[in-house]
Amino acid sequence: MIKQIEGSQAVAEAVALCRPQVVCAYPITPQTHIVEGVGALVKSGQLENCEFINVESEFAALSVGIGASAAGARVYTATASQGLLFMAEAVYNAAGLGLPIVMTIGNRAIGAPINIWNDHSDSMSMKDAGWIQLHAETNQEAADLHIQAFKLAEMISCPVMVCMDGFILTHAYERVDIPTQEQVDAFLPPFEPVQELDPDNHYSIGAMVGPDAFMEVRYLAHHKQMEALERIPPLAAEFAEVFGREAGGLVRPYRTEDADTIIVAMGSINGTVKDVVDAKREAGMAIGSVGICSFRPFPLDALRDAIGDAKRIVCLEKSLAPGLGGMLASNVRMALRSNPLPVYTVICGLGGRVITRKSLSGLFDKAAGDSLDDVTFLDLNWDVVHQQLERARDHRQSGPIAESLLKDLNPGLVRRAS
Amino acid sequence: MTEESALQRVKFYQTGTFTVGNRLLDEAKRSVQASMERSNAITSGHRACQGCGEALGARYALDAAMRASGGDMVAVNATGCLEVFTTPYPETSWQLPWLHSLFGNAPAVAAGVAAGLRRRGRGDIKVVAQGGDGGTVDIGFGCLSGMFERNDDVLYICYDNEAYMNTGVQRSSATPPAARTATTPAVGDAPGNVFGTGKNLPRIAMAHNIPYVATASVADLHDLETKVTKAMGISGARYIHVMVPCPLGWGSNSADTIKIARLAVESGLFPLFEAEHGDVTLVKRIRRRVPVEAYLKLQKRFAHLFREGAEDTERVGAIQRMADANIARYGLLPEGEAA
Amino acid sequence: MFEIRIHGRGGQGVVTGAELLSVAAFDEGKHAQAFPSFGSERMGAPVVSFCRIDDEEIRLREPILEPDALIIQDPTLLNSVDVFSGLKPDGYIVINSHRSFEELGIADYVAKFPPHHVGAFGATELAMRHVGRPVPNAALLGGLAAITGVLSFESVELAINHKFPPKIAKANIAAAADAYELAKAA
Repeated sequence: MIKQIEGSQAVAEAVALCRPQVVCAYPITPQTHIVEGVGALVKSGQLENCEFINVESEFAALSVGIGASAAGARVYTATASQGLLFMAEAVYNAAGLGLPIVMTIGNRAIGAPINIWNDHSDSMSMKDAGWIQLHAETNQEAADLHIQAFKLAEMISCPVMVCMDGFILTHAYERVDIPTQEQVDAFLPPFEPVQELDPDNHYSIGAMVGPDAFMEVRYLAHHKQMEALERIPPLAAEFAEVFGREAGGLVRPYRTEDADTIIVAMGSINGTVKDVVDAKREAGMAIGSVGICSFRPFPLDALRDAIGDAKRIVCLEKSLAPGLGGMLASNVRMALRSNPLPVYTVICGLGGRVITRKSLSGLFDKAAGDSLDDVTFLDLNWDVVHQQLERARDHRQSGPIAESLLKDLNPGLVRRAS
Repeated sequence: MTEESALQRVKFYQTGTFTVGNRLLDEAKRSVQASMERSNAITSGHRACQGCGEALGARYALDAAMRASGGDMVAVNATGCLEVFTTPYPETSWQLPWLHSLFGNAPAVAAGVAAGLRRRGRGDIKVVAQGGDGGTVDIGFGCLSGMFERNDDVLYICYDNEAYMNTGVQRSSATPPAARTATTPAVGDAPGNVFGTGKNLPRIAMAHNIPYVATASVADLHDLETKVTKAMGISGARYIHVMVPCPLGWGSNSADTIKIARLAVESGLFPLFEAEHGDVTLVKRIRRRVPVEAYLKLQKRFAHLFREGAEDTERVGAIQRMADANIARYGLLPEGEAA
Repeated sequence: MFEIRIHGRGGQGVVTGAELLSVAAFDEGKHAQAFPSFGSERMGAPVVSFCRIDDEEIRLREPILEPDALIIQDPTLLNSVDVFSGLKPDGYIVINSHRSFEELGIADYVAKFPPHHVGAFGATELAMRHVGRPVPNAALLGGLAAITGVLSFESVELAINHKFPPKIAKANIAAAADAYELAKAA
């Protein structure tokens, strides 16, 4: 049924259609509407045979999920930002134990300075935790990816994160086709655990593994991701067959035919990018874009194929790897190791900084002329940065940067106590 | 096991030891450990040290739990000695379904297991979570408090050996005052752990108004088994705090584990009691009171209190006052004996 | 594409206003995208929400920088926020105030727009009369529908019915209807 609905609510309804048995979460902006939605469906009885457990922290939320999943139940949780970091130890653990938990990330920046707005620093921090990471471009896709995520997770015994941009998607009302229970049931069979906590057939799960076997266990985790790389495209194809629309897959090329310049990005920004690509194409520029849906596993081959004979790549990155630049660009370069093209890193949208068509348009012009720096910070206020750097040159200062910056941006607000 | 036998109203004491001799009891009243049918939940071949109180306490507790549940149970373990010495890959000592996740999340994992089992139509399977004092009173405390507060259907058992033994004997918030650990060394003006710190987890558990809280000792098998059995018959969050001496960390003889555990009880330093819904309902009175020195002197971690010619009478006195306060608070003296 | 920006204060239903607009457009078979200004604003703080309406799928994710229409839920914002920022020269303005543009001090600015593109009426008073609470958003949507014609009143009514329980919906629809008539008559 097509509805005009908030992204979070759409995801809550899609998750409920997947018949999770244990849902456990701790509130953090901008994830709250999702778990509130699922919680209401449990409490009203619409989602049957499911427990919604309110816990005292994100660490506990995923830990409850680990226990429930090990007991053979289908488990869902959601978090963002600091919450993901607070559960980090359990994030690695769930993957190590091979538990097919599905978790939504309402992508949000990480402090300090504390910031509730969107970027990808949170999920990026867990990129090597062994979870599959899928990025949604629209709310329709966010809903659809959850249905695929449960199937994929249970197919290969690996947890899956579905990443959706905080606020930009989670809080946006747009049309979403919510599938029927019959459709979802036809696509997603009940969870049959490989190994569970069963008194009649008891296993010890989570034993210590020493140097003699640890490498092998880690290799198998890698192998699992490589297997996911094979499984994701047919899964998306099967989804399209059952639900009658495209969602998921590894990468999404857009007007890449004969493109000299290709923009690579993840998540909702791809919508704005497509609008700008259309405008540039109309003006005669040979430009296209590739949205990365599966960031982990990283689709090296699919990306290389999508890039084709392009002359340069621009990676729009909503996260910063301080001291290096961008993680997405580093990964893209890995895909291009046999065909070394210029790969420009553009750090943008950090902490909710607005990414406009105007800024992207100027950026793409510069890229087409190969006059971009290796690492570019889109719409950075250089005045503020330079003032701070100058001050730091004059007298050595330690302490918080944000408060120092604030003095320049809004001198009236910050006064020294003395 | 009936309550009668466990509370030792049956007075068949063997001379000198105060333990109940199984041979003198009806078969039905004998300990689980005395039974040929005991489950050996932690079977032989594990890698615990000689005289490990935790290995003993866990086996006593889980065998009793296995008997109470008819084997329909799952154990969840926090990281720690118990987890490490029972599962040297690819071997395991556990003869029941067992799950280890992390150091600080066993209560939450156990709550999840209980929920998962319920949703899969196996709500009859009981869940026991266990950890050492570090995993319980320190790093797992938040999750434990959450588990209590939600009244999750889990029995949590803490095996308290009063420090981080797995990592090499560092102080925890269960380490007693004056005790030497690797991070409270026996040097300086006030050697060992400081006074006036630490937390009393059984009382914190009681403050959550959960259905059942108990303390137990490896020195009193019948009492421990009865408390576990009783706890297994109750729904909701339950907590048992078992004192388990650690020969390595305490600097005691392996052969003295039970003796030291008994002296902790008989001195009043480790009171044995039960509480239901926040109120103490039963205490185990001391049979023959001993001064704290009798307990302290068997352990090298307190050796600095008894240096020849330089006995630290002041701090030993302070420890004695702690024992006296317990005796007064819980009414631990034998009937008819005044404090 | 028709773009509407709503300025108001936390607690005035600013976000709900945009949501209702998007649902009304959806009910007319259009594509719509509504989203808030993404803050942790508390009651009383300035808040912005956005709604885009188009016949085709909306991919754009930037905030609305050059709106076709503005709804100003609280006239005191005129003194503290650049509410008119980016408004298109032939845009629309709906202000919640029973005072005249002269009294609000924006007569000169408003004069630049076609006369039937701007309207000020006391939506809070209408809300107090019908709903019993100072929530002017539904009434202002009635005003917007009348002035812009971008949505029919029936769609606004449908959206309000969809969002609220019957009793509250009825009261809000009455407020919206009054505003619609007022704006049409002006």
